[in-house]
Amino acid sequence: MSASQWRRAMNSGASAAFKTMPAASARTSGAAGASATPVTETVPRLEALRRAVSLRHVVVLACLLVFPFVATPFITFQVASQALVLGLIALSLTFLGGYGGMISLAQMTVAGMAGYALAVLGSSSAAEISLGWPWWAAIPVALLICALAATLIGWLSVRTEGIYTIMITLAIGVAFYYLVLQNYSVFNGFQGLREIYPPKVLGIAWRDPLPFYFLTLVCALAGYGVVRWVVRAPFGIALQGIRDNPRRMNALGFHVVAHRVAAYALAGVIAAVGGILFAWYNGLVTPGSVSMSWLINILVIAVLGGMKHPLGAFLGAIVFVLLQTFAIDLIDRERFNLVIGGVFLAIVLFSPDGLLGLWEKLRLRLASRRSLSSNQRRQK
Amino acid sequence: MTRTSRALLILIAALIAVFSAWALWSNPRLYLVTLLNSLTLASLYFIVASGFTLVFGLMRNVNLAHGSLYLLGGYVAFIVAERTGWWILALAAGFLAAALAGLLIQLLLLRHMQGQELRQTMVTIGLSIVIADVLLWIFTGQVHQMEAPSLLQGPIRDIPLIRAYSAYRLSLLGFGIFIGVGLWWLLNKTRVGMTIRAGVDDRGMLAASGVNVDRVFAITFMLGAGLAGLGGVIGAVELSMVPGEDTRLLLASLIVVIVGGMGSVVGAAIGSAILGLAETYGLAYAPTYSVVFTFLILIGVLAFRPRGIMGRPA
Repeated sequence: MSASQWRRAMNSGASAAFKTMPAASARTSGAAGASATPVTETVPRLEALRRAVSLRHVVVLACLLVFPFVATPFITFQVASQALVLGLIALSLTFLGGYGGMISLAQMTVAGMAGYALAVLGSSSAAEISLGWPWWAAIPVALLICALAATLIGWLSVRTEGIYTIMITLAIGVAFYYLVLQNYSVFNGFQGLREIYPPKVLGIAWRDPLPFYFLTLVCALAGYGVVRWVVRAPFGIALQGIRDNPRRMNALGFHVVAHRVAAYALAGVIAAVGGILFAWYNGLVTPGSVSMSWLINILVIAVLGGMKHPLGAFLGAIVFVLLQTFAIDLIDRERFNLVIGGVFLAIVLFSPDGLLGLWEKLRLRLASRRSLSSNQRRQK
Repeated sequence: MTRTSRALLILIAALIAVFSAWALWSNPRLYLVTLLNSLTLASLYFIVASGFTLVFGLMRNVNLAHGSLYLLGGYVAFIVAERTGWWILALAAGFLAAALAGLLIQLLLLRHMQGQELRQTMVTIGLSIVIADVLLWIFTGQVHQMEAPSLLQGPIRDIPLIRAYSAYRLSLLGFGIFIGVGLWWLLNKTRVGMTIRAGVDDRGMLAASGVNVDRVFAITFMLGAGLAGLGGVIGAVELSMVPGEDTRLLLASLIVVIVGGMGSVVGAAIGSAILGLAETYGLAYAPTYSVVFTFLILIGVLAFRPRGIMGRPA
């Protein structure tokens, strides 16, 4: 063991003394806001639900439900639905990165795989490729394929740590991009697969702005709920412990690799749901949708909003989509990347915790004007 | 090395031998030309990836703007070559432009977040988006192709079996070896190299012994970025410059250092040889699946040597 290893081991050991497992769980509930008091076993279920849901949740939900009836179909479809879809994909990265400590750039790849799987199994413009399965068969199988692929990606990348993970997932993602670009027999090469539309179920055309909005809203809320629930379940707590100190968790008897791979699988399913919605939203899936710029866009969205809380993914997605839709009116249409790159750089440089971090800082500053309690000093 | 992995290695070697024998027997010219192509491509990869691995080894900083620096060097060289007509001048300009950009990145951004590896990586991601878009703005999406120096234009004829082969491409091989030897000399025989190697092994100790680590970091980052720019100049002749090449070279650098081992120049050489061979042979013999070969190699190496072939515990 070299000197640097010793030093690192000592350092991580020392810092870990302050970050034992209850602290990790307290941090998440703290980040989740005042409403998220830990639910004890003695409280009946309904009571727990009443405690978890506060007034602002109800207000936000009401706004989300009323929103499409107020806004124009363009806003509903192009902005709100797209933001929800991208937010769902970014949510999978927030879960992996924020709670698992693994920044995977391959989340968009998994989402793209879902789109491709759906197009190949279901129906698309390329009749000689698509198998034409009905939607109730194609969607579960596509999700299953993505879960398997995400597990494989996870198994490969958890062998390494920290920044290595970024490199390997980026390499996997770009390799998949070149695969779909060059392969014509299954992925139809540069053209991609077109005319991927949601099925007509219950007599509703699900790609119309209003139904599509509610479809994405339900999926996004479900994803949000699942992440919020999982990070407070024993698995999620263990995952956060592993994020903070894998060696210690290993010594405590947790299977570090298994937890991490499971996190990848779960994030893969979330990303796959988002990927299917994204394919429906675009009506097509092309190599461009899994290109490096999209892999990075998902990271941009997650970092923009803040990775400390699942809400950040959706916040980042809203900002991203708004910039994409309206910033190009102000400047040259072609320069969107410059804008988003600049915004991303500014966020990384000045507020590593994203917009949520900015909000937190602002709130702290406003609060400290009034009084300086010991609580804030500790948080500083 | 365990018994199973040795058996696997022998199996792979046998497969390659069988393939080579078959390919040599059926079409020796294709086989040999592909061999030359892959080795010349490997030397380009080596030049670019050695800078990447150098920076990573010392600063634990994954510079994801490396591909953008490659493109920057290529474009600057293109302009210089167009204005002056001197290829060697263009080479120097490409190196210097990228090195300067690297120095600025290190001084203005990365120095202020030393030790925050993830944040540094994200900054380089942001930079890569911005640089790529600015380059697209200035040079548009058109293909820019630089001319080879007059000395190296045209093919070399009368090589047995291959008949004719591009002189420029062949010179790449020499160029790669030259850079490799130069790096070896720099790292092993000079004081700067000694400091860099010491920094790779233990940064804290190096700083404690009175070396200005900030300066070593700046020099290394400059050198690494400059190598990317140099690769860009060479690639501008061989591959042509278009937006998107930055991604390709970044992917190549990533795979090279993952396969070869992060922070090791020898590993970068081995990794780029493997990648060049896999990619070119894949393209020549199984065009649709050439990427899959690369990917399989990546999986294989990670499965048996998670730190890469020459990698050491960090």
